[in-house]
Amino acid sequence: MTKKLMYGTHAIGEAAIQAGCTCYFGYPITPQNELPEYMSQRLPEVPGGVFIQAESELAAINMVLGASVAGARAMTSSSSPGISLKQEGISFLAGSELPAVIVNIMRGGPGLGNIAPAQSDYFQATRGGGHGDYRLVVFAPASVQEMADLTFHAFDVADEYRTPVMILGDGMLGQMMEPVVMPKPRKGKKAAEKDYILTGAKGRPARLVKSLILDTKDMEEHNWKLVRKFKRIEERETRWEGYMLDDAEMVVIAYGTAARIARGAINRLRREDSNLRVGMIRPITVSPFPVKAIRDAAQTIKDFFVFEMSTGQMVDDVRLALEGQGTIHFYGRPGGVVPSARELGRSIARRYYQAIRKRKQ
Amino acid sequence: MLIKTIFSGFGGQGVLSTGQILAQAAMLQGRFVTYLPSYGAEVRGGTANCTVTISDEEIASPIASEPEFVVALNQPSFSRFQNLLHSGGFLLYNSSLVEPAFVRGDIETRGVPITELAQKIGNVKVANMIMLGAFIAVSNLLAFDRMLKHLPDILGAGKAKLLKANQEAFERGYHFIEEHAHGD
Repeated sequence: MTKKLMYGTHAIGEAAIQAGCTCYFGYPITPQNELPEYMSQRLPEVPGGVFIQAESELAAINMVLGASVAGARAMTSSSSPGISLKQEGISFLAGSELPAVIVNIMRGGPGLGNIAPAQSDYFQATRGGGHGDYRLVVFAPASVQEMADLTFHAFDVADEYRTPVMILGDGMLGQMMEPVVMPKPRKGKKAAEKDYILTGAKGRPARLVKSLILDTKDMEEHNWKLVRKFKRIEERETRWEGYMLDDAEMVVIAYGTAARIARGAINRLRREDSNLRVGMIRPITVSPFPVKAIRDAAQTIKDFFVFEMSTGQMVDDVRLALEGQGTIHFYGRPGGVVPSARELGRSIARRYYQAIRKRKQ
Repeated sequence: MLIKTIFSGFGGQGVLSTGQILAQAAMLQGRFVTYLPSYGAEVRGGTANCTVTISDEEIASPIASEPEFVVALNQPSFSRFQNLLHSGGFLLYNSSLVEPAFVRGDIETRGVPITELAQKIGNVKVANMIMLGAFIAVSNLLAFDRMLKHLPDILGAGKAKLLKANQEAFERGYHFIEEHAHGD
């Protein structure tokens, strides 16, 4: 396996192509423009490859819908304000049960915000984002290698469950370069036949793919069906990583870029002070959220330190997972600020010793 | 060990590609590495910079909040980035363009006249490689011999014509530091 130094955005693009993505539609926005740029170069080299710079985000997401309903593996990408514009299409994809991969390289918000790395779109990503009763599957990579691995995997998940899947990165992960081993398709592995796609009804009964279901009973059943599907995804696809949990007295919960910094802070703290026993739970899927991992940890650990590059969004999911158990400490840096491991470490250490003192009282 | 370096200068001086070459060399020598270019509301002809982090363990943040080294190829970068250095950090600068007025007393500095040295090789385009050679000599971050051997792979087929000049420049910069051990 050869390693290659790659940009996060390029790693996503190449992994998508390795996963069999033949269609990319997008509209430019910083800090993710290197991804469409890469796809514009690579897709013409792929058999059947189509790259279109659409006239708007709305057009792009609806082109994804069209390509998906025709059976192609399709992708779009954008950054926060652009993802907001795509929400209607994402809701239609979810309602029509169509697979697609949507990449959000988050920046500071709300509004136009700035172009610096942030985690401000967690609510939008994990709560559906568009209208209607649905959930997205959301992967949160924390390295360029994971951007490749999870994008590759996302296409399989999208097809298997007929659902839109989001890759939730940020400006730092998108713009940085790291060594990557590119995932490759397994030899001889054939994609499962899609029995719902619109390929012309010659010689078979006609098919219909839509999200318009006027009969309320049918719509109710459709909604419950989406719920059952998400439950299945929750059981089978939830991913998280535990770090130094064995002796931990406090657990940091962070995802993506924030988790990288948290790992650095934990390493630094443990090196400097052997009494400071801090571990980490890093959600790799933020939707479905690794509820069980956090609940299991709460049986022995009482203090949970949530760090996000936002004013506090995932912390709500941690609170729901804990159901009143334990104590939650929160440290947020919104607006595109990326704190250093040293800064975060100071906050963790302070809360850690405060918690220990409190327990002794 | 975790070492962060900022490469900075005018757009067009090869600042970003120098950082990338260092990052690739580090990868080929089996180290953990991240490369982060500056991006933002920059203008053509303005400054460019990137941060390369090289480590023996996983790298938390690719951002250089307190770098150990700064390589400055022009005057604005020289002034701007020396403030970020750790006390005891090292500032390597292009003495062909930089007048080292106002230098912090708690850092080490070293000038390399990369334009003049590149002219002697006969190609000013490889001035950045002279700086990279000098940087390896002052930092000892990577093995010089292995890096020299990996240069053809790193630069790739696209740069095959300029390979010799690049190699020569890289060696020239490295030996310049050795020959001028006392900063004269």
